Amino acid sequence: MAGAETQGDVHKCDLNGILEIQELTVHFHRKDRIIGRQTTIHAVDRVTLTLSKGETLSLVGESGSGKSTLARTVLKLHHPTSGTILFRNKDIFRQDRTESKSFRKRVQMIFQDPYESLNPQSTVLSSVIEPMIIHGLAKDKRESMASRLLTMVGLDPTSKLDRYPHELSGGERQRVAIARAISLEPELLVADEPVSMLDVSIRLEILHLLQTLKNELHLTYLFITHDLGVARYIGTRIAVMYFGQIVEIAETDELINQPLHHYTNLLLSSIPGSENSQPLAVKADVDYSFSATEPPSGCRFRTRCPKAQEKCALKEPELTELTARHFVACYYPLSR
Amino acid sequence: MKAVDGVSFTVNKGEILGLAGESACGKTTTALSIMRLHGANAVVEGKILLEGRDILQMSNEELRDFRWKRISMIPQGSMNSLDPVISVGNQITEAIQAHENVHKSEAWKSAEKLLSSVSIDPSRAKNYPHEFSGGMKQRAVIAMALALNPSLVIADEPTTALDVVVQKQLLLLLKELQRNLSISFLFVSHDLSVIGEIADRLAVMYAGKIVEIGPKSVVLKQPSHPYTRALVNSVPRVFGSRQLLHSIPGSPPTGIWPSGCRFHPRCEFAFEPCKQKEPQLEVSMTGVHAACHLISQEKETGFSTKR
Repeated sequence: MAGAETQGDVHKCDLNGILEIQELTVHFHRKDRIIGRQTTIHAVDRVTLTLSKGETLSLVGESGSGKSTLARTVLKLHHPTSGTILFRNKDIFRQDRTESKSFRKRVQMIFQDPYESLNPQSTVLSSVIEPMIIHGLAKDKRESMASRLLTMVGLDPTSKLDRYPHELSGGERQRVAIARAISLEPELLVADEPVSMLDVSIRLEILHLLQTLKNELHLTYLFITHDLGVARYIGTRIAVMYFGQIVEIAETDELINQPLHHYTNLLLSSIPGSENSQPLAVKADVDYSFSATEPPSGCRFRTRCPKAQEKCALKEPELTELTARHFVACYYPLSR
Repeated sequence: MKAVDGVSFTVNKGEILGLAGESACGKTTTALSIMRLHGANAVVEGKILLEGRDILQMSNEELRDFRWKRISMIPQGSMNSLDPVISVGNQITEAIQAHENVHKSEAWKSAEKLLSSVSIDPSRAKNYPHEFSGGMKQRAVIAMALALNPSLVIADEPTTALDVVVQKQLLLLLKELQRNLSISFLFVSHDLSVIGEIADRLAVMYAGKIVEIGPKSVVLKQPSHPYTRALVNSVPRVFGSRQLLHSIPGSPPTGIWPSGCRFHPRCEFAFEPCKQKEPQLEVSMTGVHAACHLISQEKETGFSTKR
């Protein structure tokens, strides 16, 4: 196909797609009790994204950009305002009870804070076997399965199975959370900042563990992180989110070495120790916060963008494939 | 339990000293002790000299006068340390009036000036904290710390909860303040890349002790202590070649420190003396101070071990 093609067409051809997100929009409505005005928070807006089997897609962006909402919607923890999510070509929001239960078995989540994601009153054993009970694994097999899972995540089952979360370190807790997430042999793991609460020396061990498990269990990851270093270390592709939308998506090295969107460039040039060739885009006197209730017209980044033109305010740029497998939503992308 | 054990260091005038280390290694305890804000059950021994006066020997009145004016602090999670029901300008004004006998309108004027020095529009002084973004709140706290022209500011993880763009902005701001006002900073952070960006010198703590201290670029580029080296090598980087990183085996000790060198159970170079004798800080081959038995061995044999 000649010239630029829109993302939707390309992604329909992807036969390996395990998860397809199409035009997903998630808005939250909040009514102010005193003045009675309703506000809408645009958490995710018209996001289209395909995850291929076996890849690790890192979703990066600042806090409030909609990363977590997108991830939680994939797990059916939020209902979309519009748009669809297909898992194995089936719409996850049109499932009957059996399908829904099977879906929840095949898609699992790892949360950010291992101090809060484990029940403080449950031992490691009961935390790990709880999903097995819900999904009806035979009673006599549960304990041996739990031991096997702990070994897989690098914990000694004999000493750890009857421990409570407060007796474990942060890294050990995250391992237990991972053991529980893989206990039902899922196909897709959604990890929401799984290492951001951990110390650097522990962080790397967990990343290596996730990598090993991915290879052994043929997992696909949707990996949410604010840390581009982590995204680069673990991810095969990176998607950059800004204000509820994906503004750029490409293979990891391509995105870091040849960013096309001005926002990606801003992120990259803000990283401590950055030796980015592009001039530093951070200004000391600009308020970089944004309000999620009133998105700017047209391109949402235009209010902060150094290259914004008149056109940017008029119409929202579409995510377009500029070079092979490198999509960007910008009228005036950075030159290569 | 000893949280900080035999720590000595100097912050020179107008410099930024970075204090790095993982959680529970004693960074925050060190910082709080300097402000004498440690818990009532803490036993603090040693000396903390600021401009020749020992903070630990001061009476409460002397201390009250000393804090804010000579030494101030940007506390951990300081975005949340602002009072939600008092306007930002009034909070800064309060701090000024508590220490100096000035009229409210005058104090308000200095508050506005301080806000503009941290790139906040002075007209925002009448706003309440919830009307500020995270980065602005953090900048307002910095403005407050500078209100009485201290000579030393202790910043405890000042950028930790912030997004990278806002973090960069703050680091640029602190650097600018250091240059223009020749304020000294003790910058505590677990993030080596942040410290690498801002500090002039860097001290690395492990298990309550300083294991390496020296000019930032030397410590980060040619670490002398195996722990520093392991720490530097365990951070996934955005730039440069993509390679497999090696994590540090085990986890940091808490409460009960190992005998000898406290890092020896996790150190790949540990040999017999490390288990028995505690190494002292000494000048390494790269000219920094580090506490490792390998250093004296290297000096004796005259060549450097493969590190």
